Amino acid sequence: MVLNQFLILGAAIFAMGVYGLLVRRNIVLILLSVELMLTAVNINLVAFESYLVTPEAIGQVFAIFVITVAAAEVGIGLAIVLMIFRNRKSANVDDLSLMRW
Amino acid sequence: MTFADWISQPVNWAFIVIGGAVLIAGFRVVTAKNVVHAALYLVGALAGTAGLFLLLSAEFVAWVLVLVYIGAVVVLFLFGIMITRAPTGLDEGLDADHKVLPAILAAGVFLMMAWATIDAFGTALVVSTGSPTSTELIGESLLGRFVIPFEVVSFVLLAALIGGITIARRDLTPAEEEERAAV
Repeated sequence: MVLNQFLILGAAIFAMGVYGLLVRRNIVLILLSVELMLTAVNINLVAFESYLVTPEAIGQVFAIFVITVAAAEVGIGLAIVLMIFRNRKSANVDDLSLMRW
Repeated sequence: MTFADWISQPVNWAFIVIGGAVLIAGFRVVTAKNVVHAALYLVGALAGTAGLFLLLSAEFVAWVLVLVYIGAVVVLFLFGIMITRAPTGLDEGLDADHKVLPAILAAGVFLMMAWATIDAFGTALVVSTGSPTSTELIGESLLGRFVIPFEVVSFVLLAALIGGITIARRDLTPAEEEERAAV
Protein backbone atom coordinates (compact mmCIF):
# COMPACT_ATOMS: atom_id res chain seq x y z
CA MET A 1 0.00 0.00 0.00
CA VAL A 2 1.30 3.43 -0.94
CA LEU A 3 1.14 6.13 1.71
CA ASN A 4 -0.26 8.61 -0.79
CA GLN A 5 -3.44 6.65 -1.46
CA PHE A 6 -4.53 7.29 2.14
CA LEU A 7 -3.36 10.90 2.17
CA ILE A 8 -5.23 11.73 -1.04
CA LEU A 9 -8.38 10.00 0.20
CA GLY A 10 -8.07 12.06 3.38
CA ALA A 11 -7.64 15.22 1.31
CA ALA A 12 -10.77 14.37 -0.72
CA ILE A 13 -12.86 13.81 2.43
CA PHE A 14 -11.50 17.02 3.96
CA ALA A 15 -12.43 18.94 0.79
CA MET A 16 -15.96 17.51 0.98
CA GLY A 17 -16.14 18.71 4.57
CA VAL A 18 -15.07 22.20 3.47
CA TYR A 19 -17.74 22.19 0.76
CA GLY A 20 -20.43 21.07 3.19
CA LEU A 21 -19.35 23.66 5.74
CA LEU A 22 -19.74 26.46 3.19
CA VAL A 23 -22.91 25.25 1.46
CA ARG A 24 -25.06 23.92 4.28
CA ARG A 25 -27.39 26.29 6.10
CA ASN A 26 -28.69 23.94 8.80
CA ILE A 27 -26.55 24.03 11.95
CA VAL A 28 -26.72 20.27 12.50
CA LEU A 29 -25.54 19.64 8.95
CA ILE A 30 -22.65 22.09 9.43
CA LEU A 31 -21.59 20.07 12.49
CA LEU A 32 -21.81 16.89 10.36
CA SER A 33 -19.41 18.47 7.85
CA VAL A 34 -17.00 19.30 10.67
CA GLU A 35 -17.09 15.64 11.73
CA LEU A 36 -16.20 14.66 8.17
CA MET A 37 -13.16 16.95 8.26
CA LEU A 38 -12.03 15.51 11.62
CA THR A 39 -12.34 12.00 10.18
CA ALA A 40 -10.06 13.00 7.30
CA VAL A 41 -7.47 14.19 9.83
CA ASN A 42 -7.74 10.86 11.66
CA ILE A 43 -7.08 8.95 8.43
CA ASN A 44 -3.94 11.01 7.90
CA LEU A 45 -2.71 10.45 11.46
CA VAL A 46 -3.16 6.68 11.31
CA ALA A 47 -1.62 6.48 7.82
CA PHE A 48 1.45 8.41 8.97
CA GLU A 49 1.76 6.10 11.96
CA SER A 50 1.86 3.15 9.58
CA TYR A 51 4.46 4.96 7.48
CA LEU A 52 6.81 5.97 10.29
CA VAL A 53 6.09 3.13 12.78
CA THR A 54 7.01 4.98 15.97
CA PRO A 55 7.82 2.82 19.01
CA GLU A 56 5.04 4.49 21.03
CA ALA A 57 2.32 4.44 18.33
CA ILE A 58 2.16 8.23 18.49
CA GLY A 59 -0.07 8.65 15.44
CA GLN A 60 -2.73 6.34 16.83
CA VAL A 61 -2.58 8.00 20.25
CA PHE A 62 -3.16 11.37 18.60
CA ALA A 63 -6.05 9.93 16.60
CA ILE A 64 -7.63 8.87 19.90
CA PHE A 65 -7.14 12.41 21.24
CA VAL A 66 -8.82 13.83 18.13
CA ILE A 67 -11.77 11.44 18.56
CA THR A 68 -12.14 12.50 22.21
CA VAL A 69 -12.07 16.21 21.42
CA ALA A 70 -14.55 15.65 18.57
CA ALA A 71 -16.94 13.92 21.00
CA ALA A 72 -16.70 16.90 23.38
CA GLU A 73 -17.23 19.29 20.47
CA VAL A 74 -20.39 17.51 19.35
CA GLY A 75 -21.78 17.54 22.87
CA ILE A 76 -21.27 21.28 23.31
CA GLY A 77 -22.26 22.06 19.72
CA LEU A 78 -25.57 20.25 19.94
CA ALA A 79 -26.30 21.85 23.32
CA ILE A 80 -25.83 25.26 21.69
CA VAL A 81 -28.00 24.23 18.71
CA LEU A 82 -30.71 23.13 21.14
CA MET A 83 -30.54 26.46 22.95
CA ILE A 84 -30.68 28.45 19.70
CA PHE A 85 -33.61 26.41 18.45
CA ARG A 86 -35.46 26.92 21.72
CA ASN A 87 -34.98 30.69 21.56
CA ARG A 88 -35.39 31.35 17.84
CA LYS A 89 -37.46 28.37 16.61
CA SER A 90 -35.01 27.83 13.78
CA ALA A 91 -31.87 25.84 13.06
CA ASN A 92 -30.88 27.93 10.04
CA VAL A 93 -27.70 29.99 10.31
CA ASP A 94 -29.11 32.72 8.07
CA ASP A 95 -31.62 33.55 10.81
CA LEU A 96 -28.86 34.16 13.33
CA SER A 97 -27.84 37.68 12.39
CA LEU A 98 -28.03 39.14 15.90
CA MET A 99 -24.27 39.55 16.31
CA ARG A 100 -23.61 40.64 12.72
CA TRP A 101 -23.07 44.30 12.01
CA MET B 1 6.04 1.34 -8.46
CA THR B 2 3.76 0.98 -11.47
CA PHE B 3 0.02 0.80 -11.38
CA ALA B 4 0.14 -2.87 -12.41
CA ASP B 5 2.26 -3.67 -9.35
CA TRP B 6 -0.08 -1.66 -7.17
CA ILE B 7 -3.27 -3.29 -8.39
CA SER B 8 -1.79 -6.80 -8.12
CA GLN B 9 -1.81 -6.60 -4.32
CA PRO B 10 -5.13 -7.89 -2.91
CA VAL B 11 -5.02 -5.37 -0.05
CA ASN B 12 -5.36 -2.58 -2.60
CA TRP B 13 -8.57 -4.12 -3.97
CA ALA B 14 -9.96 -3.86 -0.46
CA PHE B 15 -8.73 -0.27 -0.34
CA ILE B 16 -10.49 0.60 -3.60
CA VAL B 17 -13.79 -0.90 -2.41
CA ILE B 18 -13.69 0.69 1.05
CA GLY B 19 -12.24 3.99 -0.13
CA GLY B 20 -14.86 4.28 -2.87
CA ALA B 21 -17.62 3.59 -0.35
CA VAL B 22 -16.21 6.26 1.98
CA LEU B 23 -16.03 8.79 -0.85
CA ILE B 24 -19.60 8.13 -2.01
CA ALA B 25 -20.96 8.23 1.55
CA GLY B 26 -19.01 11.40 2.32
CA PHE B 27 -20.31 13.06 -0.83
CA ARG B 28 -23.88 12.14 0.09
CA VAL B 29 -23.36 13.59 3.60
CA VAL B 30 -22.79 17.04 2.13
CA THR B 31 -25.37 16.80 -0.68
CA ALA B 32 -28.30 14.79 0.75
CA LYS B 33 -31.60 16.67 0.74
CA ASN B 34 -32.83 14.93 3.89
CA VAL B 35 -31.17 15.69 7.22
CA VAL B 36 -31.66 12.17 8.58
CA HIS B 37 -30.21 10.65 5.42
CA ALA B 38 -27.13 12.88 5.77
CA ALA B 39 -26.56 11.60 9.31
CA LEU B 40 -27.03 7.99 8.21
CA TYR B 41 -24.57 8.44 5.33
CA LEU B 42 -22.11 9.71 7.92
CA VAL B 43 -22.43 6.28 9.57
CA GLY B 44 -21.38 4.71 6.27
CA ALA B 45 -18.42 7.05 5.90
CA LEU B 46 -17.26 6.39 9.46
CA ALA B 47 -17.66 2.62 9.14
CA GLY B 48 -15.56 2.74 5.96
CA THR B 49 -12.95 4.78 7.80
CA ALA B 50 -12.83 2.11 10.50
CA GLY B 51 -12.24 -0.43 7.73
CA LEU B 52 -9.34 1.67 6.43
CA PHE B 53 -7.88 1.75 9.95
CA LEU B 54 -8.06 -2.04 10.03
CA LEU B 55 -6.15 -2.12 6.73
CA LEU B 56 -3.51 0.07 8.37
CA SER B 57 -3.32 -2.42 11.28
CA ALA B 58 -4.69 0.17 13.72
CA GLU B 59 -7.15 -2.21 15.34
CA PHE B 60 -7.79 -0.37 18.60
CA VAL B 61 -8.40 3.01 16.94
CA ALA B 62 -10.79 1.38 14.46
CA TRP B 63 -13.00 -0.02 17.22
CA VAL B 64 -12.77 3.19 19.23
CA LEU B 65 -14.04 4.97 16.13
CA VAL B 66 -16.94 2.54 15.80
CA LEU B 67 -17.85 2.80 19.49
CA VAL B 68 -17.48 6.54 19.97
CA TYR B 69 -18.59 7.85 16.59
CA ILE B 70 -21.17 5.40 15.32
CA GLY B 71 -22.31 4.42 18.79
CA ALA B 72 -22.49 7.80 20.47
CA VAL B 73 -21.87 10.81 18.21
CA VAL B 74 -24.24 9.80 15.42
CA VAL B 75 -26.97 8.95 17.94
CA LEU B 76 -26.46 12.42 19.43
CA PHE B 77 -26.76 13.91 15.94
CA LEU B 78 -29.99 12.02 15.30
CA PHE B 79 -31.38 13.38 18.59
CA GLY B 80 -30.36 16.87 17.54
CA ILE B 81 -32.05 16.44 14.18
CA MET B 82 -35.26 15.15 15.73
CA ILE B 83 -35.40 18.08 18.16
CA THR B 84 -34.63 20.80 15.63
CA ARG B 85 -36.79 19.45 12.82
CA ALA B 86 -39.05 22.14 11.38
CA PRO B 87 -42.60 21.74 12.75
CA THR B 88 -44.01 21.58 9.22
CA GLY B 89 -42.02 18.42 8.53
CA LEU B 90 -40.34 20.07 5.55
CA ASP B 91 -36.61 20.66 5.52
CA GLU B 92 -36.36 23.87 3.60
CA GLY B 93 -33.30 26.03 3.22
CA LEU B 94 -30.80 23.26 3.90
CA ASP B 95 -28.34 24.59 1.35
CA ALA B 96 -27.23 28.04 0.36
CA ASP B 97 -28.16 29.22 -3.13
CA HIS B 98 -24.61 29.82 -4.26
CA LYS B 99 -22.78 26.51 -4.62
CA VAL B 100 -20.25 27.18 -7.35
CA LEU B 101 -17.81 29.21 -5.29
CA PRO B 102 -17.70 26.70 -2.39
CA ALA B 103 -17.23 23.88 -4.92
CA ILE B 104 -14.31 25.71 -6.55
CA LEU B 105 -12.80 26.40 -3.14
CA ALA B 106 -13.15 22.76 -2.02
CA ALA B 107 -11.66 21.53 -5.31
CA GLY B 108 -8.79 23.97 -4.84
CA VAL B 109 -8.17 22.70 -1.30
CA PHE B 110 -8.18 19.12 -2.55
CA LEU B 111 -5.88 19.77 -5.50
CA MET B 112 -3.44 21.73 -3.36
CA MET B 113 -3.23 19.01 -0.73
CA ALA B 114 -3.05 16.21 -3.31
CA TRP B 115 -0.25 18.00 -5.15
CA ALA B 116 1.63 18.61 -1.91
CA THR B 117 1.41 14.97 -0.78
CA ILE B 118 2.37 13.60 -4.19
CA ASP B 119 5.27 16.04 -4.33
CA ALA B 120 6.42 15.15 -0.82
CA PHE B 121 5.91 11.39 -0.60
CA GLY B 122 5.70 10.10 -4.16
CA THR B 123 5.40 6.33 -3.99
CA ALA B 124 6.56 5.90 -0.40
CA LEU B 125 5.18 2.65 0.97
CA VAL B 126 3.23 2.11 4.16
CA VAL B 127 4.99 -0.40 6.40
CA SER B 128 2.70 -3.36 6.79
CA THR B 129 3.73 -5.51 9.72
CA GLY B 130 0.82 -7.91 9.21
CA SER B 131 -0.10 -7.84 12.88
CA PRO B 132 -2.26 -5.20 14.58
CA THR B 133 -0.70 -2.56 16.79
CA SER B 134 -1.08 -3.99 20.25
CA THR B 135 -3.51 -2.24 22.56
CA GLU B 136 -0.94 -2.72 25.31
CA LEU B 137 1.47 -0.46 23.43
CA ILE B 138 -1.16 2.26 23.01
CA GLY B 139 -2.16 1.99 26.65
CA GLU B 140 1.42 2.30 27.85
CA SER B 141 1.95 5.25 25.55
CA LEU B 142 -1.23 6.96 26.78
CA LEU B 143 -0.33 6.56 30.44
CA GLY B 144 3.40 6.98 29.95
CA ARG B 145 4.75 9.60 27.62
CA PHE B 146 1.35 11.16 26.89
CA VAL B 147 -0.10 11.10 30.40
CA ILE B 148 -0.39 14.90 30.66
CA PRO B 149 -2.26 15.34 27.35
CA PHE B 150 -4.40 12.37 28.43
CA GLU B 151 -5.36 14.12 31.66
CA VAL B 152 -5.95 17.40 29.82
CA VAL B 153 -8.27 15.66 27.37
CA SER B 154 -10.15 13.99 30.20
CA PHE B 155 -10.59 17.42 31.78
CA VAL B 156 -11.86 18.79 28.46
CA LEU B 157 -14.43 15.99 28.34
CA LEU B 158 -15.54 16.75 31.90
CA ALA B 159 -15.83 20.46 31.10
CA ALA B 160 -17.83 19.64 27.95
CA LEU B 161 -20.14 17.42 29.98
CA ILE B 162 -20.85 20.13 32.55
CA GLY B 163 -21.03 22.83 29.89
CA GLY B 164 -23.45 20.81 27.78
CA ILE B 165 -25.79 20.33 30.74
CA THR B 166 -25.55 23.99 31.72
CA ILE B 167 -26.15 25.34 28.23
CA ALA B 168 -28.99 23.01 27.29
CA ARG B 169 -30.84 23.31 30.61
CA ARG B 170 -34.01 25.32 30.41
CA ASP B 171 -34.01 28.37 32.64
CA LEU B 172 -36.92 28.42 35.04
CA THR B 173 -39.40 31.25 34.89
CA PRO B 174 -39.70 33.35 38.10
CA ALA B 175 -43.03 31.71 38.90
CA GLU B 176 -41.56 28.24 38.55
CA GLU B 177 -38.60 29.17 40.72
CA GLU B 178 -40.92 30.40 43.44
CA GLU B 179 -42.88 27.20 43.20
CA ARG B 180 -39.73 25.13 43.49
CA ALA B 181 -38.50 27.15 46.45
CA ALA B 182 -41.80 26.63 48.25
CA VAL B 183 -41.54 22.84 48.13
